Amino acid sequence: MIDFFAEHYSHVCIVVLIGVGFFGMVGKRNLVKKLIGMSVLQSAIILFWLVAAFKEDATIPIVKDGVSPIVPEEYVNPLPHALMLTAIVVAVVTSGVAIALLVKIYRNYGTLEEDQILEQL
Amino acid sequence: MRPDLLNHAPILIILLFLGGAMVAVLAGLLQRRLAQPWAVGITGSATLLSLFGLARVLQEGALRYQLGGWRAPIGIELIYDPLSAFLVVVICAVSLLVLIHGRRIVPEEIPGREVPFFAVALMLIGGLCGIVLTGDLFNLYVFIEIVSLSSYALLGIGTKRSPLSAFRYLVMGTTAGSFYLLGLALIFMRTGTLNMTDLAEILPFVSGQVPVLVGLAFILVGLSLKAAIFPLHGWLPDAYTDGCSTATALIAPLGTKTALYAILRFVFFVLAPAYGAGAAPIGTIVAYAGAAAIVWGSFMAMSQKELKRMLAYSSVAQVGYIALGIGLGSRYGLIGAVLHILNHACMKACLFLVTGNLRRNVGHSYLPNLDASVRREMPWSMAAFCVAAISMIGLPPTAGFFSKWYLALGTVEAGQWPLLVALLVSTLLNGVYFFRIFEQVYLKPAREGASGREARGEAPLSMLVPTLIFAVLLLILGIGNVYIVTTFLEPIWAGVL
Repeated sequence: MIDFFAEHYSHVCIVVLIGVGFFGMVGKRNLVKKLIGMSVLQSAIILFWLVAAFKEDATIPIVKDGVSPIVPEEYVNPLPHALMLTAIVVAVVTSGVAIALLVKIYRNYGTLEEDQILEQL
Repeated sequence: MRPDLLNHAPILIILLFLGGAMVAVLAGLLQRRLAQPWAVGITGSATLLSLFGLARVLQEGALRYQLGGWRAPIGIELIYDPLSAFLVVVICAVSLLVLIHGRRIVPEEIPGREVPFFAVALMLIGGLCGIVLTGDLFNLYVFIEIVSLSSYALLGIGTKRSPLSAFRYLVMGTTAGSFYLLGLALIFMRTGTLNMTDLAEILPFVSGQVPVLVGLAFILVGLSLKAAIFPLHGWLPDAYTDGCSTATALIAPLGTKTALYAILRFVFFVLAPAYGAGAAPIGTIVAYAGAAAIVWGSFMAMSQKELKRMLAYSSVAQVGYIALGIGLGSRYGLIGAVLHILNHACMKACLFLVTGNLRRNVGHSYLPNLDASVRREMPWSMAAFCVAAISMIGLPPTAGFFSKWYLALGTVEAGQWPLLVALLVSTLLNGVYFFRIFEQVYLKPAREGASGREARGEAPLSMLVPTLIFAVLLLILGIGNVYIVTTFLEPIWAGVL
């Protein structure tokens, strides 16, 4: 049991984060908390990609001297990092749009609690 | 048109829209009225380009465009084959007509915000074309998010309720995007590739592994959520009802369809070599979810009193038809599905444009208050409505009949009788909710002076002409369906089935 956690602690953390994100989105009645849950979920998935790219004792993917043969085990896979840069941009833009919508909702209803908004509908 | 320009058609179409969106903001700063003509111009030139591109693809075969000269699977690849070329034409042409229609109604419904509106609309259309064209799974994610983000923004402007509906849509849409990305991570970890063609070759070697299967499940659930396949359709009716007329008319016919296209491309071009054409269990689930959507969406549409909301629920049902065709996985099913993507885009756009005309000139689209005075004032709009509604029900010779016919043939061929029953029942239900409106508009006597407002007559030409073009198109598409199927749709399945 302890071995399992020691070996997979990063994945366990990611699963917990995904759970926290979902709980925020589904369980919370406040719209800002839903947004926070959403961001946590997105960050967890970005972390998942980065953990997948990680290698023990590997370095940045720049060829050392250009003479010795290239050993893939010595370099971290750079592709997930590049992809996640895009995913981070998407996450930031989503938060931006969501916050803009929340500002509009607050102006229209004077509250961000879902229950109070539903009463006004 | 110069042939070497057509070599770059796929990327040019996407760049036209994305660049056009940037310039639209600048043009709008200069003169607010310039935004709409600019958007129409961009979409018009993209339509032309996509038509030439389609002709070339049909003549010379599929074009695989390597972005920046980096060879796939290292670089990103755009696939310009008969299927994607055909759908790009549909997307560009439908949005062109909707944008023309928006000239009068957008400044009236959302005064002062037409510049950002048209800029974001161009971004949306560019994203839709990107989804259809891309051959790379991560690139697909990026385009899906471009489309979703522009949809949230477009649907968030409108009535008092629309920001709330758009926010709920955003929460669901982001969950879908996250699912897709999570699934993609699992598949990427196992196969090391994101290119669709490359992945299709590698998948047979890892097809039984648990991470791959879990990843595929996440991807398909994410895409189904974006496509609003029953029972993942909850976000759709609210979002469509509260948006402004042009936004709904742009997103309803095209938005969910491109997500369905992504499912189609994924199931038939990526999974097929590893799991068999139609990917048996996935196909059955998708087909039965489609059938459930058809029946449920039609029932919900019947009980609506607001025209826009009724059309939104009927969208849920129509997505079901396409899902059913994809799930069948046979030749007839796929012809029916792709033909229905085209037909439904035209029908739904036509119906939503008429709703826009009604809202502008009658002041509401509340069904119980519609009566013969509406028909007297707006005879042409109502005629277009009738053609589109008859096509939705599926009566010949309108377009809707033929796509349903192919779907029905597909169910009979596969011996899936429950699916056939769902198709037939839904036709009756469609009949019920559309004939109810016909009855009111053509037979219910007008209440004199009840509305207490001046008659504004027929919609202005800029709104009426696109509406009528859609109505005529529905008849042409219906009568010319054999030509469409043999010329455009048969080449699609040459390499798949």
